[in-house]
Amino acid sequence: MDNQASVASIGIDQIKPLDQIMQQVAEHKGCGTSSEGGKASCGSSGGPEDMDPAIWEKVKNHPCYSEEAHHHFARMHVAVAPACNIQCNYCNRKYDCANESRPGVVSEKLTPEQAAKKVLAVASTIPQMTVLGIAGPGDPLANPEKTFKTFELIAATAPDIKLCVSTNGLALPEHVDRLSQYNIDHVTITINMVDPEIGQHIYPWIFYKNKRWKGIDAARILHEHQMRGLEMLTERGILCKVNSVMIPGINDKHLVEVNKAVKSRGAFLHNIMPLISAPEHGTVFGLNGQRGPTAQELKALQDSCEGEMNMMRHCRQCRADAVGLLGEDRSSEFTTEKIEAMEVNYDMEGRKAYQAAVEQERQATVAAKQAEMADLEAEFSDVKILIAVATKGHGRVNEHFGHAQEFQIYELSTSGSKFVGHRRVDLYCQGGYGEEDALPIVIRAINDCVAVFVAKIGGCPKADLQAAGIDPVDKYAHEFIEQSAVKYFKEYLGKIKSGEIVHAARGDADIRQGAYIAA
Amino acid sequence: MAFKIISSQCTACSACEPECPNNAIREKDGTFIIKPEKCTECLGYFDEPQCVAVCPVDDTCVIDNSFPRYVVAA
Ligand code: SF4
Ligand code: SF4
Ligand code: SF4
Repeated sequence: MDNQASVASIGIDQIKPLDQIMQQVAEHKGCGTSSEGGKASCGSSGGPEDMDPAIWEKVKNHPCYSEEAHHHFARMHVAVAPACNIQCNYCNRKYDCANESRPGVVSEKLTPEQAAKKVLAVASTIPQMTVLGIAGPGDPLANPEKTFKTFELIAATAPDIKLCVSTNGLALPEHVDRLSQYNIDHVTITINMVDPEIGQHIYPWIFYKNKRWKGIDAARILHEHQMRGLEMLTERGILCKVNSVMIPGINDKHLVEVNKAVKSRGAFLHNIMPLISAPEHGTVFGLNGQRGPTAQELKALQDSCEGEMNMMRHCRQCRADAVGLLGEDRSSEFTTEKIEAMEVNYDMEGRKAYQAAVEQERQATVAAKQAEMADLEAEFSDVKILIAVATKGHGRVNEHFGHAQEFQIYELSTSGSKFVGHRRVDLYCQGGYGEEDALPIVIRAINDCVAVFVAKIGGCPKADLQAAGIDPVDKYAHEFIEQSAVKYFKEYLGKIKSGEIVHAARGDADIRQGAYIAA
Repeated sequence: MAFKIISSQCTACSACEPECPNNAIREKDGTFIIKPEKCTECLGYFDEPQCVAVCPVDDTCVIDNSFPRYVVAA
C-alpha cells in the first residue's frame, strides 16, 4: 500500500511484484479496536451507542475497522499497483508495502482483469469476504489507472463488496474526486508525522511534479498533501482511517501530536503500528539498527492516544496476500492458475444469507457479555490483567494452543473486557506434537498475560506455561471469548480477596513479526 | 543517446513506465527496458531524467555508454 502502514503495519518492505498470490485479509493491519475509556472504541465494540450511526453502518462489517466484525468477516487485498511515489526508510521496495503486510513478503502482481476475477472467485467461495483493498506493493494512487480499473470491474459485478485504498497520501488530493465517483468509502492514509523536521528522518525522498525532492522539502510536501487529502475526504463524507508506524526515538512521542492533528481533520480511527525492523529486510531502518517498540511501549502509546480518539488495535501485520477469514491463510486455494481455470458464479444471495447469520451471532456474543457484566460493575478494584486467547474466529475460544498462529489479547478490569491486540507466534506445533523450541517463543509473546484461554492444550505445554506464571485455561472451550473473560476475571478477583493468589504485575512481551513464515 | 535499466536491479515496479515523456519504457520478460532510440534523456522535457528520479533502486536507470549522448535538435 502505501507506504508502510498497515497496516499494521509495519515493517517494511515492499515492492517487487512477483509471486505469490492473492492477498487478503488479515490483518491487518490494522483494525479496529475498542476501548473503554473515554471514547469509544474503535470501531466496534462500543458500537452503536458511542458512534455516529452513519459511521457505524459503514464500519460494522469491515474487518479492519470493527473489532467484532473482525471475528466474522474477511478482507482481501490484490496487488495491482506496484509503483510508488515516495521512499520510506522502513520499506525495501523489493517486497510488499510495509503498510499492509509482513516484511519480506512478495505478492503476486496482477493485472486489473486478473485481480477482479480473483476477487469474485474468492468472494463466491468465502462469503465472509466483504472488503477489497488495493495493497502493496506500491501506492494505489501512484498507479491510478490500474487501481481504478480494478475497482470499476469489481463494482460492476459485485456491488456489495466494499472497496478501500491505502495510500501514503502524496497523490491523494488529485484523486479524491475520482475516488468519490467510484463509490469507495474507506481510505487509509499512513501518516507518520506532522512535522517535516521529523519526517525527513522517515522519508528520504518523494517524486512529485516530475522531480525527486529530498530531505525536509520532501517531508513538507508530503505532510501538506496528507493533511489536505484527509480534509478533502472528510468534506466528501468518505471514511478515513490513519495508520502510523511507531518508530522509537524518531516519532514515538510525536505520534500523540499526529493523533490530535488527524482527529481534528476528521479521521475516524487511528491505528498505531509497531515498526518491525531487522537487517535482513534490507531497509534503511533495518540496516542502521533502528529498533521497533516493545509490546508495552506500543500499548502505552496507544493508551495515551485513546482518550483522544478511537484507536484500532487489532491490526495484525499479516500477510497482505492471505485469503480467508482474518488470520486464516487460504491463498493456496486461489493461485492464479486455479483462478484462471475457475468458473465464477457470483452468489449474491448466498452471501447475504451468510452475512445475516453472522449479524445474529454477533448480537448473541454481545448479549452474553453484557449478562456476565451485570454483577462485575458492582465490584471496585483497580486490578487490570491481560489474557491471551486462541481463537479461529466467531468470537469464541475455539483454537487449540498448539495450533494457534496468533493470540488475541484482552485487557480485563472492572469495566469489562477490552480487546487490545494480537500477538503472532510461529506455529508451535504441527499435528499436535509439541516442538521443544517453539514454546519459549509463545511464552515470550504472551509473557505479559496472566492466563491463556484455549480450546485444548497438551500436558507438557500446560506445565511449562504454569511454570512461567501463565494460567492455561481450557474450561471455556468453545464459549464466547468476552463472556468467558469476564467470568474468569470475577474468579480472579475472588481469589485475590480470599488470599488464594497475590496479584502482581507481569513483564513485557515481544512483538514478533515472524508468524506466518511458513506460507 | 540514452538511458538503460540494469535489469538485475530492477524490481519491475513499473513506476518509470508512465513517467517517460517519450514512451520509451516498457515491460519485457519480467523487467523493464528502455528503447534507446526513443529516449531523449528527458532533454527538452524535464530537468532530470524521470526514470532515474522515480526509480526506487539507486543506480538502476543509468546512462548507456554504448550510445552517444542525446543532443537536442536546434
Ligand atoms: S516506500 Fe511506498 S510502497 Fe514502500 S512503504 Fe513507503 S509508501 Fe509503501
Ligand atoms: S531518461 Fe527520460 S526519456 Fe529516457 S527513458 Fe528515462 S524517462 Fe524516458
Ligand atoms: S522504476 Fe526502477 S525498479 Fe521500477 S520498473 Fe522502472 S527501472 Fe525497474
